Amino acid sequence: MEDKEKRARKYLNPYLGGILLGIVLIAANYISGRGLGASGAVKSVVVTGVNTIVPEHAEKTAFYKDYNESHPKPMKSWLVFQVLGVLVGAFISGSIAGRLKFKVEHSPKITSKRRLIFAVLGGIFFGFGSQMGRGCTSGSALSGMGVISLGGFITMAAIFGTAFALAYFFRKNWI
Amino acid sequence: MGPLVVNGIISADTNLLMAFLIGIGFGFVLEGSGFSSSRKLAGVFYGYDTVVLKVFFTAAITAMVGLLFMSLFGWIDLDLVYINPTYLPSAIAGGVIMGVGFIMGGFCPGTSFCGLAIGKIDAMLFVAGLFVGVLIFTEGYPLWEEFYKSGFKGIPKLSESLGLSDGLLAFGVIVVALGMFYVGEWTEKRFPRKEY
Repeated sequence: MEDKEKRARKYLNPYLGGILLGIVLIAANYISGRGLGASGAVKSVVVTGVNTIVPEHAEKTAFYKDYNESHPKPMKSWLVFQVLGVLVGAFISGSIAGRLKFKVEHSPKITSKRRLIFAVLGGIFFGFGSQMGRGCTSGSALSGMGVISLGGFITMAAIFGTAFALAYFFRKNWI
Repeated sequence: MGPLVVNGIISADTNLLMAFLIGIGFGFVLEGSGFSSSRKLAGVFYGYDTVVLKVFFTAAITAMVGLLFMSLFGWIDLDLVYINPTYLPSAIAGGVIMGVGFIMGGFCPGTSFCGLAIGKIDAMLFVAGLFVGVLIFTEGYPLWEEFYKSGFKGIPKLSESLGLSDGLLAFGVIVVALGMFYVGEWTEKRFPRKEY
């Protein structure tokens, strides 16, 4: 019981959190005429990295050429600034709640090493999928659902449906 | 009338400042709701913690209903809001690949940034993986360009596709969400798990 009380103090009520998140999403639409996102900022950084490290390659390759033409300053993008804000906001919330701590979070049944290997692999899949799907859980699914976009609902169903369908095979990692 | 930047009420540079402030709100709420923890996030797939379901759908219906009312009152022109175009094959394939990443990695991009910000090392490696995954996509682009651009459907609304009004559709989503919240509360009692 004590655990439960402790947890209740630690995290926001999920429905209150949802309403607040909805208000943030409304603000993004009202102020900036767009939804929230995350993976788009990763793409900005990747393209900037390629431009900087191997400029000849970026000039020769159609994808980067097109992207640089449509985004002359990839780092001066809405999503890059928004993600910088996310880092700050999460840090503030974590410090208020006393959750700032370097740690590998994993089920007691698996090792840290296994958790980290799966984290990298999951990131690779998610990064690739977010580009194929034109946005991730925030940019495509949540923001899309907020404006009743068909694509938003489809992406949401595909993400959660697949994860549910595969949950059995990865259960050892989590429970 | 909104959107402010599209209607020239705020400048492009102010818009970037607003992006930063909106991001702070986004990160604060995600972290505060527990989305910096992969085991809380993954809990929805095993029933022991359905915070993802509750926060995600409460946010979606709040935004949906809020924007519909704001549009009704003439406060925002939803035709000027950017909406992702729908390409069916890549939306489904992308979603499936992201689902694999979700169950393996326990994060999505936005939540991994929150985990990283409070020191979760697993989140940091997930973010590193994101960069690799995006780089694979951009480097291999000619291989999937055709698939990526296939099945373009324009920018349809789910309500249009189903032949419903926006209001009725939003009402339906609320009813479905309430049903899911009920199931979520039930599974959390059914499959309790200790705090970790």
